[in-house]
Amino acid sequence: MATAKPDTDLLKTPLHDLHVAHGARMVPFAGYAMPVQYPSGIITEHKHTRSAAGLFDVSHMGQAILRGADVAASFEKLVPGDIAGLNIGQMRYTLLLNEAGGIRDDLMATRIDEDGRFALFLVVNAACKGADFAHIATSLAGEAELEILEDRALLALQGPQAEAVLAALVPDCCDLVFLEGRDMNIDGAPAFVTRSGYTGEDGFEISLTADAASAFAEKLLSHEAVAPIGLGARDSLRLEAGLCLYGHDIDEATTPVEAGLTWVVGNRRRESADFPGADTILGQIADGASRKRVGLLPEGRAPVREGAPVQDGDGHSIGSVTSGGFAPGLEKPIAMGYVTTDHAAPGTSVQIELRGRSVAAEVVAMPFVKPNYKRS
Amino acid sequence: MADRKYTEDHEWVEVDGENGVIGISDYAQEQLGDVVFVELPSVGKVLDQRDEAAVVESVKAAAEVYTPVSGEVIEVNEELNNDPSLVNTDAFGEGWFAKLKLTDPTELEDLMDEGAYKTFLAGLS
Repeated sequence: MATAKPDTDLLKTPLHDLHVAHGARMVPFAGYAMPVQYPSGIITEHKHTRSAAGLFDVSHMGQAILRGADVAASFEKLVPGDIAGLNIGQMRYTLLLNEAGGIRDDLMATRIDEDGRFALFLVVNAACKGADFAHIATSLAGEAELEILEDRALLALQGPQAEAVLAALVPDCCDLVFLEGRDMNIDGAPAFVTRSGYTGEDGFEISLTADAASAFAEKLLSHEAVAPIGLGARDSLRLEAGLCLYGHDIDEATTPVEAGLTWVVGNRRRESADFPGADTILGQIADGASRKRVGLLPEGRAPVREGAPVQDGDGHSIGSVTSGGFAPGLEKPIAMGYVTTDHAAPGTSVQIELRGRSVAAEVVAMPFVKPNYKRS
Repeated sequence: MADRKYTEDHEWVEVDGENGVIGISDYAQEQLGDVVFVELPSVGKVLDQRDEAAVVESVKAAAEVYTPVSGEVIEVNEELNNDPSLVNTDAFGEGWFAKLKLTDPTELEDLMDEGAYKTFLAGLS
């Protein structure tokens, strides 16, 4: 069993009692008691999200608003994305970088308008939020102020029926397309709704006050299309979608170029070269990186897991698996990991070490499952 | 049922004459969640008590299964290669792992019977 803090030390999200009432198995995750699965199980939850709608509690994630005289210019000191180029209500995936070009965290930033002033609504990973918020506040002291939204819950409603379900309660949600967000009204209470997620499906993330979260979640769950989904299926869904899990597929020792996230480096930012680690990252964009994150498709049915060594046909080490599991949608194992660039082309045959033997695998393009975003 | 014995790691052995069938308990399959792959031992392999006999892979993780008793593997449940979810749906029946020819039946005395295992499970929650 995984070592963990005693349950008594774990934080609870505003939906904790709801999870327990729905039969969730609660596990420690990033200091919180979180539902890993409900009685129907991970495979059923995964497939339900792909075919109908799944409700995820992601209240453990960090939410904050960054304000400042020129908040976009300030935030661009920490990330490589084009933040100044965001329109109001536009959301962007970006990265907090260290001076070596390594990834401190990945996050979503949405440009919002507060009575004529621009601000940024940020959502960061639970395990990183303390360090992220300290880094942002300290680095931008004197020019921008960070308000950490401690009293907010965050729900994700994901799947092809997410829009129909949410529209019955929040009609304005239909106005959003993928990677847009704005303030909306839920039962008379303010909420911030974005069209985004971590599953490869169309869907929404709804930031609302903690005291309103359970009642709203139960309303969503009362719809026959909606089932509660735990962290287990969240992981298998994001893996099929080829999305990185921080601390596993990306970390302080991986650069955006190695991670296949070069697209997060805005064109204007490549010109201005004024983000942390710019020398390293722009050098890798120009000359290539020595390793790359790739999709891996092992033969057979045995899943390969994080940490499994990857070798070339002659048994030479070329990298390792960073996420691996069983893809319920494909009914076979899938994985992602880093390999040396000369083995990173789709179609390359590699070997993955599994319990003392070698499993043949093929390097493949990601995502494993075609996304279903509503882009227009 | 009468002859099924359990370990504290939630494996079971059901003895029939000089042979024993091994598997994991209903509690164990529930803890693991959806089983997607089972790596079975080779027929002919000789296992000592508590040796790794199989690996069960769920969607999220791998778990080792240790044999409750020593013996030679004389048969494995090939059906698990086609349908590993049998471990979830029928842990004490169709979800069996392997049949061993027991080499030391006195080991059975170390294991829990049904009643003792139920008491043990009650103490876990």
